[in-house]
Amino acid sequence: MDLLIEILSIPLVQAILKIVFVILLFAMPLGTLMTLMERKWSAMIQDRVGPNRANVGNYTGRGLLHIAADGLKSIFKEDTMPEGSDRFLYLIAPFFGLIAGVASFAIIPFASPIGDFKFQVADIEPGLLFIFAITSLSVYGAVLAGASSNSKYALLGGTRASAQMLSYEVFMGLALMGLFMVYGSTRVSEIVDGQNTYWFGSLIPKWGVFTQPLGFVLFFTALVAETKRAPFDAPEGESEIVAGYFLEYSGMRWSAFMLAEYVAVVSVAALTTTLFFGGYHVPWLHLWTSAPEWLVRILQVLKFSVFVVFFCWFQIQLRWTVPKFRFDQTMALGWKKLLPLSLVNTVATAAIILIFV
Amino acid sequence: MDNAPLDIQQHEANLQPTNDFSSSVMAIEIGPSHPAMHGIVRFTTYVDGELIVDMIPEIGYLHRGFEKESENSKWIQVIPYTDRLNYVSPLLNNIGYSMAVEKLYGVEAPRRAEFTRVIMGEISRITDHLTCLGASAMEVGAFTFFLWFIKAREYLWELVEQVTGARLTTNWTRFGGNATDLPDGFLDDLQERLDKVKEVMVECDRLLTKNKIFIDRVKDIGPISKEDALSFGFTGPMLRASGVPYDVRRSDPYSVYDELDFEVPVGTVGDCFDRYLVRMEEVRQSISIIEQASDKMPVGPIMGSERGVHYPDKKEVYGNIEGLIDHFKMVMEGHRPPAGEAYHAVEGGNGEVGFYVVSDGSGDPVRVRLRPPCFNFVEAMPKMTIGHYVADIVPIFGSINMIGGELDR
Repeated sequence: MDLLIEILSIPLVQAILKIVFVILLFAMPLGTLMTLMERKWSAMIQDRVGPNRANVGNYTGRGLLHIAADGLKSIFKEDTMPEGSDRFLYLIAPFFGLIAGVASFAIIPFASPIGDFKFQVADIEPGLLFIFAITSLSVYGAVLAGASSNSKYALLGGTRASAQMLSYEVFMGLALMGLFMVYGSTRVSEIVDGQNTYWFGSLIPKWGVFTQPLGFVLFFTALVAETKRAPFDAPEGESEIVAGYFLEYSGMRWSAFMLAEYVAVVSVAALTTTLFFGGYHVPWLHLWTSAPEWLVRILQVLKFSVFVVFFCWFQIQLRWTVPKFRFDQTMALGWKKLLPLSLVNTVATAAIILIFV
Repeated sequence: MDNAPLDIQQHEANLQPTNDFSSSVMAIEIGPSHPAMHGIVRFTTYVDGELIVDMIPEIGYLHRGFEKESENSKWIQVIPYTDRLNYVSPLLNNIGYSMAVEKLYGVEAPRRAEFTRVIMGEISRITDHLTCLGASAMEVGAFTFFLWFIKAREYLWELVEQVTGARLTTNWTRFGGNATDLPDGFLDDLQERLDKVKEVMVECDRLLTKNKIFIDRVKDIGPISKEDALSFGFTGPMLRASGVPYDVRRSDPYSVYDELDFEVPVGTVGDCFDRYLVRMEEVRQSISIIEQASDKMPVGPIMGSERGVHYPDKKEVYGNIEGLIDHFKMVMEGHRPPAGEAYHAVEGGNGEVGFYVVSDGSGDPVRVRLRPPCFNFVEAMPKMTIGHYVADIVPIFGSINMIGGELDR
């Protein structure tokens, strides 16, 4: 028993356990659930029933079994590779996106720490800079898949993806500058704690969305563009270049791309919640001074999850409501409108802090 | 942009896999099997980056030999073939062909038959336009609207089923009348369903027509000037979007269209957005035409009774020898329109659907020729797409509403 506690208190073991917890109990399940959620919700928008046929015996679970059916199906599909493709790059490309999507959960806190124990895989000093690094890694997935597939559609998709993701990376960083200034840190835990203070006594929490409304809109737009989902899904371009950069993939590798997309959706929602909606902090909970510690933690995880699910839903709603941009329109929007706006946001925030604070 | 076609050897050479990257022009095949090519057609597109520098359309993948097949059939046996021409508005083809043969005979259908033809024809036009509108919305990523329009189309196809017994393969008109009359209570049901269609139209109008992204995607995309449109031989919504108010129903009124009040919407620049707006307005006009026609619906027969044109009444067939012989001759030898030729055009979903029929007085047609409206549109695809981006091919192609069955015959 003592040995066990000793092993558990080694930081590395803790980190590994946290990673397993976060990935296996939060990111991946939510990502897979999203595949069903998207199909069901889009069906509701479009006056359809949605998936409801997969069954065991007579049990369908309202379509829940489709997740298992999809997974099984893609495992048993042949893993095809087009003639003339670059074998090595073709085989590894699908996993860049998945790794990047999952890795960004590393810096997201789920509840307030108990003593030294943090409900966060790694509370590192660079914090959000890590996110920028990781999301730019996911560009490789699209680019390598597009370049190695030996297909013109995939090539077009790959070039679109690289151009789009690199340019949106630029002002995704700029959009957060204001946030760094307001909370005075790039460390995620400090930004989250900064959002637990209030204006006017205990009236309005200092959430990122209230201190940086423009920054929120810009950052969310940039993140959605990073996931390459509608309305920014020109790299996939299902109507003109069929499926874009992952056109030639099949079976589990194709699923890896899809799963990466959904995990990215979840991580977008988690990041938005953490940076702009108070993270795990339940607003006005400090007024209830006698709240037991364990209940506070549970409420915090609950609040966090509710916001994450809300933003996942919001992205689905967005995708099925609006048409998509053409590739050059995406770029024009990024460089001509959002980049100047994020610069303005940065300068204005700096000026306000300098003058009033 | 230079619109001269590339020479064919260059074309072949471009299709070969090459390691020569000194040229920035890449040949990319769009179709024949491609999600946006509803119907089957192939566009060999030459792109410089994403910019289209040349395009060669290739048609004929759905050629079934409709015209030749017709020559080996009896006159009446051609009607089911016409269902398969423009398969989203089969009734308009039925009507066009039957009216061409009626012109040969020199007969007219009874008034009630004409009014029901107008109603059914306009229902078909609405289904055609709804399909096209939905498809063009889907092409720019608004998949939801596609299903909403399809839902509205479903209401109407159920009506078509009530009257003709089939949703697509209607085979409904006959020479000098229609096969079936409207069923009891049809007009009330019609009004109810039209109201539902109107609701869908309002919903889509609110959410799509004013959508900034949608407008960005279709405005100034694939414009074609009035002169070009006329010289390519455009008809229908495509021509009207370019600003020419040509509508066969108005400029050469057939059936009872001259008694009905409707407007011919026209666009200004002939881009994809104009075509979208023209089609939206035409759906509304068609609804108003249907409402007027059902108000004016006369009572009476739906089939004439002239000898040699119509099958004799069953009472005649079983009751006297003349009727029996008449019936026998018509069944064995088929309809025998007098020798001569006739051309009759109706306003189809895509434009002027013209049937040119030649008879030598026997039971088999000598020639049945269809003037497909979308043939001209596909021919003009290079003109409309060159200078735009690859992603623009899809909305442009969606807006011309190519129907393979009609194009390739």
